[in-house]
Amino acid sequence: MYEQYKDLAKRIRRNCLHMVYVGQSGHIGSMLSAADIMAVLYGGGFVKIDPKNPKDPNRDRFILSKGHAGAVVYATLCELGFFPKDWMDTYYCDNGKLMGHISHYVPGVEYSTGSLGHGLNVCVGMALAAKEAGKQHRVYCMMSDGDCNEGSTWEAIMFAGQHHLENLVAIVDYNRIQALGFSKDICDLGDFANKVAMFGWATKTVDGHDFMDLENTFKALPLEPGKPTFIVCNTIKGKGVSFLENTVASHYWHLTAEQKTEACKELGVEEL
Amino acid sequence: MRTIFNKALLEIAEKDPRIHMVLADIGYGEIEGFAKAFPERYYNCGVMEQHMTGVACGIAMEGNVAVTYSIANFPTLRCLEQIRNDVCYHNANVKIVNIGGGVSYGPLGVSHHSTEDIAILRALPNMVVVVPCDNFEAEAATHAIFEDYEGPVFYRCGYKNEKDIHHVDNYKQLNFQLGKAITVEEGDDCTIIFCGPIGFEAQKAVLAAREKGINCRLISMHTIKPIDREAIVKAAKETGKIITVEEHNLSGGLGSAVAEVLADEGCLNVKMKRMALPDVNVHEVGSQQWLREYYHLTAPFIEEEICNICK
Repeated sequence: MYEQYKDLAKRIRRNCLHMVYVGQSGHIGSMLSAADIMAVLYGGGFVKIDPKNPKDPNRDRFILSKGHAGAVVYATLCELGFFPKDWMDTYYCDNGKLMGHISHYVPGVEYSTGSLGHGLNVCVGMALAAKEAGKQHRVYCMMSDGDCNEGSTWEAIMFAGQHHLENLVAIVDYNRIQALGFSKDICDLGDFANKVAMFGWATKTVDGHDFMDLENTFKALPLEPGKPTFIVCNTIKGKGVSFLENTVASHYWHLTAEQKTEACKELGVEEL
Repeated sequence: MRTIFNKALLEIAEKDPRIHMVLADIGYGEIEGFAKAFPERYYNCGVMEQHMTGVACGIAMEGNVAVTYSIANFPTLRCLEQIRNDVCYHNANVKIVNIGGGVSYGPLGVSHHSTEDIAILRALPNMVVVVPCDNFEAEAATHAIFEDYEGPVFYRCGYKNEKDIHHVDNYKQLNFQLGKAITVEEGDDCTIIFCGPIGFEAQKAVLAAREKGINCRLISMHTIKPIDREAIVKAAKETGKIITVEEHNLSGGLGSAVAEVLADEGCLNVKMKRMALPDVNVHEVGSQQWLREYYHLTAPFIEEEICNICK
């Protein structure tokens, strides 16, 4: 069961490792924690978007608000045929095709972010416009712990509940580590889902590395009629690579060639 | 001026169903017409300028036009990063409207003065910056930003009771074009380039100097970006002396923009004087007119500068 997700997630992780190695750039921990969610969202067809027609007005909108993990989106999109895989060889490089923080100049990428606390507000605007126009597509926003420190995110949380945006789905890659440490020691979000529920959202906490849990949750969207959906995905920063897992350092890690090989070996995937 | 803006917006929105108004709980007594006419295109976010701007961007990216509207620095500096990263980077069709440019809200204090916004907003790629001076220009500019241009605009509106500057009977006679300055008074001895309602003081000074035999050209530079380079160079070549007048910090506003053009175009033999608010927080308590006088931006001071530069 769920072999297709498992296989895609492996390739997404492998692609991320390749890109951050090529670019000698950071944020690998934030990419690996989100890889399984991306595999189900895109591999399972929950984010409906056609590589041959990525600007179709009826596509689902997906905004990565944790823009520093942009490579996890690039890694997914190139596996699905949105752009050639050799673009990954230019990630973070001079005259490269792929910017460190996610860029809408890349086919299939809806929106550029990088400073936290922007994505959900724009998604709310998109969801309002879609609702008003009677359109059926969904608007997805993937956020991080750090994103949810930003006041602007909470402005969007207050507003979306008030406006019953059933077509809006917020997904938090809740790996509990932010730039300088563990979230609980910095600004503890505590019982996160319940806090958001109090603002009028339908909420659910899932295992962000359990394909069945993720698929069943996305299949059940919207979780409640007349409410926006907020899914807290419990994840592990650096998931899948033991020397990166659950470390603050994985936010800044620059992989050596040996570490990249070791990581791919551990994941059971052929190295790029 | 804000009433004229809202009236024009309502007329334009009747013809253009793409126009949405996104507010942050400001606009009492002015925005009700839009709210009543188009409730499905009207959102009051609550006191959330960052969210207002993000939502406006999202609405605009779905093929609409979104207006954000508030007073003082609230729709600009409070949410500057949303304007930069969301609106400008994505070239979203969002019109950012600031009511009360300069020290319109004089005695309300520093928090309600917008005296750095031209400098900051004109530094953003893709942003058009418009500063109308009277009701004719405000109405014309409102039509222009919605009907002639698809993309981000900063519209720095006045407040109320602005005096007419242009010699026209209605806005259409202005033949207003974004990026094309309007000569209000002809003259070849020197040139005053102004933006916004402070232009009325400049006009009084020009008329007083004319009585003394000095013929000063008066130009309304209603679009600060893209600026009318041709009008600036022409004034430099034909009059050789330029005074800029603005209700804005001396740094980075109209005067700086004009000086940049002069430098770029090699017009370095021009005598120039920039009249603006000094680089201070305007903490003195007083009305807009009192503050203008305090900072030497009223007609007698401008006339004095005309006489000085023409010596």
